[in-house]
Amino acid sequence: MSAMNPSFSRRAKPLTLNDSVWLRHTLVIISLLTIVLFLILPLATVLIEAFAKGWSTYAASLAEPDALAAMRLTLLVAAITVPLTTVFGVSAAWAIARFEFWGKNLLITLIDLPFSVSPVIAGLIYVLIFGAQGWIGPWLSDHDIKVIFAVPGIVLATLFVTFPFVARELIPLMQEIGHEEEEAALSLGANGWQTFFKITVPNIKWGLLYGVLLCNARAMGEFGAVSVVSGHIRGLTNTLPLHVETSYNEYDFVGAFASASLLAGLAVVTLVVKTFLEWKQKQDLKAARQAAAE
Amino acid sequence: MSITLQHISKQFGAFKALDDINLDIPEGELVALLGPSGCGKTTLLRIIAGLEQADQGDVFLEGDNVTDQPVKNRQIGFVFQHYALFRHMTVFDNIAFGLRVKPRKLRPSETAIKEKVHALLQLVQLDWLHDRFPDQLSGGQRQRIALARALAVEPSVLLLDEPFGALDASVRKDLRLWLRHLHHELHVTSIFVTHDQEEAMEVASQIVVLNHGKIEQKGTPSEIYDQPQSDFVSRFIGQTNVFHIAGDEQHWLKSTGIIVDEPKGIVAHVRPHNISVEKTADPANSPVYLKDWQHLGGTIRLELNRDGHNGAGSTIYAEMPNEQFRELALNKGDRVALRIKHAHWFN
Repeated sequence: MSAMNPSFSRRAKPLTLNDSVWLRHTLVIISLLTIVLFLILPLATVLIEAFAKGWSTYAASLAEPDALAAMRLTLLVAAITVPLTTVFGVSAAWAIARFEFWGKNLLITLIDLPFSVSPVIAGLIYVLIFGAQGWIGPWLSDHDIKVIFAVPGIVLATLFVTFPFVARELIPLMQEIGHEEEEAALSLGANGWQTFFKITVPNIKWGLLYGVLLCNARAMGEFGAVSVVSGHIRGLTNTLPLHVETSYNEYDFVGAFASASLLAGLAVVTLVVKTFLEWKQKQDLKAARQAAAE
Repeated sequence: MSITLQHISKQFGAFKALDDINLDIPEGELVALLGPSGCGKTTLLRIIAGLEQADQGDVFLEGDNVTDQPVKNRQIGFVFQHYALFRHMTVFDNIAFGLRVKPRKLRPSETAIKEKVHALLQLVQLDWLHDRFPDQLSGGQRQRIALARALAVEPSVLLLDEPFGALDASVRKDLRLWLRHLHHELHVTSIFVTHDQEEAMEVASQIVVLNHGKIEQKGTPSEIYDQPQSDFVSRFIGQTNVFHIAGDEQHWLKSTGIIVDEPKGIVAHVRPHNISVEKTADPANSPVYLKDWQHLGGTIRLELNRDGHNGAGSTIYAEMPNEQFRELALNKGDRVALRIKHAHWFN
C-alpha cells in the first residue's frame, strides 16, 4: 500500500490546482515560444551571422588589433572592478550583518541605488564631475590627468553599476549564518584575520562566488554607463560591448557578431556556473538554518 | 583560576541587563548561573568571556584585571548553546583549531596536535567520530565535541552557555552527570548558565541565582534550597506553597502548626514535603480534602483543595513517600488534617 502512495499523490497534485488542461498547455506554450523568440533565436542569429563568411573570417575579425584591444580593455576593467566590488561588498555585508550603527538603513538603501538608476545617468554623473566642463575637469586637465574618454572613467562607471552585486548576495547570507562560529574561533585564541579567512570565508564562499560571478558578467557586459564616458575611441577606449556597436555601425557585420558571440559565450558560461552556485548556496543556507533550529 | 566581578553593569538601550554585580568564584568550583530568561545570566557569562563589554565594572581572572583584554587573551574556553562547531571542518579539525591558530612559536607539532586531539576525543568518548562533519552528529555528540574543542587550548576557566538547553530530556540527564564527573576529573573553574533549577541543583557545587540583572542569592545547592533568602529564590527553586497571612488565613494556619504565637512575616512559603497529611478525626471541621494525586516515582504528590470563603478554593501540594501514602489509604474526596513542619517567612 505504502509503495502506491507516492505515485497517487504525484498524480493528485496537479489536479488539485483545478486548472483545465487547455489552460495549462496554453501557458506552457506561451512561455516556451517567448523563450525561443526572444532568447534562442537572437542567440542563434549571433552565431549564424558571426560565421556567415566562414570560420577563418570569424577568427580573423577577432584577431584584428581593435578587437583584441577591446578584449584587453574589457578584461582590465573587470580585473580592477571585481576585486574592488568584492572588498566593498564583504565590508558592507560584515558591517550590516554584525553591527548596529546609526545610518544602517540608509546604507542598505544606498547599496540598491545603482539598481534603480539608469546606467546612462550613472555615466553622465561622471562626465559632469570629471568632464572638461565638469566640476573638477579643469583641475584634472591642468594636472594632465585624463578620466573621461579614458580608462579611469570606464572603471569608475563600471564600479558604479556593479558595486551592489556582492553586498546584496552576502548581507542576507551573513545575517542567516550569525556570528557564533566567529566568536568560537576568537575564544579559541584565533586573531581577526585567522577568524576571517578560516571561518567566515569558508562559510560564505558560495554566496561570495555567486556575487563575484554576477558582478563580473555585468562588468564585462555593461554598455550604457561605459558608452557615455568612453568616447568610443577604436583600439583605445572601446570595451567589447562598445566594439560590437562601433563595428556594426561601420557595416563590419562579421566583426560585430563575432565579438557579440564572445559576450554570448560569457553569458552562457555565467548561467551554467550561476546555477551550480545557487545550488551550493542553497545547501549552505539549509545547513545554517538547521544549525539555528537545533 | 579564580574569578572576581566588581560592580558589573550593562544596559541594552533602556533595558538594564545587569545591575551592579559583585561576585567571587574561587578556583575549581563548578558554578551555575541560574535565573529566568532575560535575567542577564548569559550577558554576564559573555562579559566574563570578553565576548561582550560591560558598561561599568571590572573582571578579574586570578587577580588580574582583564576588563580591557580581548577574548583571545583571557585563556577561557567557551561552549555555545548551539555548539557553534565549524561546519566546514571535521570533528578532528574542529578540536585542533585552537592549537593550529597559535602563534608559530607556541604551536605544537602536527604529531603533538594529533595526539592531543585523540586524547580529548577519548575523554569525551567519541574517538570514532573524528572524521565526521558536525552535521552528521547528534545533538549530544555535538555538545561533547564543542566541549572537547574548548578544552583543547587548556583554558583556565570553562564557560558554558545553556550547555544542555537544546538537547532531548534523556540525553540531557546523561550529559549533566557526565559534566559533573568531568569537572571532578579536570578541576577547571567552570561556570554554566541555565534556567533549569533542577539542572543547577544536580550539577553545580555553587549556585548563583539571578533575577532582573541582580544576584538574589549565592550558595551551595542545599543552602539555596533549604534557606532561600528571598521570596523569588524560594519560588524559583523547587515547588512551593504560598500562604498569605491575612484574616481567616491566620486562624487556619495556627491550626496547622505553622504559626505558633505570632506570624513571622506576611507570606509563608512551604515546600510540599514539609506538609504532612493525616486522616482527620473531625471531617466536618476540616476545610481540606484530597482532590487528586500523582505518582512521581519514589514519592506521591497530593493535590489538596482548601475550601475558600466564596467556594473558589485553593490548591495545596504535599508530597510523601509511596509507602506512607499506601498506609494512609486515602480516597479522592476524603477530608484530611494538615501539619506544616517547616515554613520560610518573607515580608
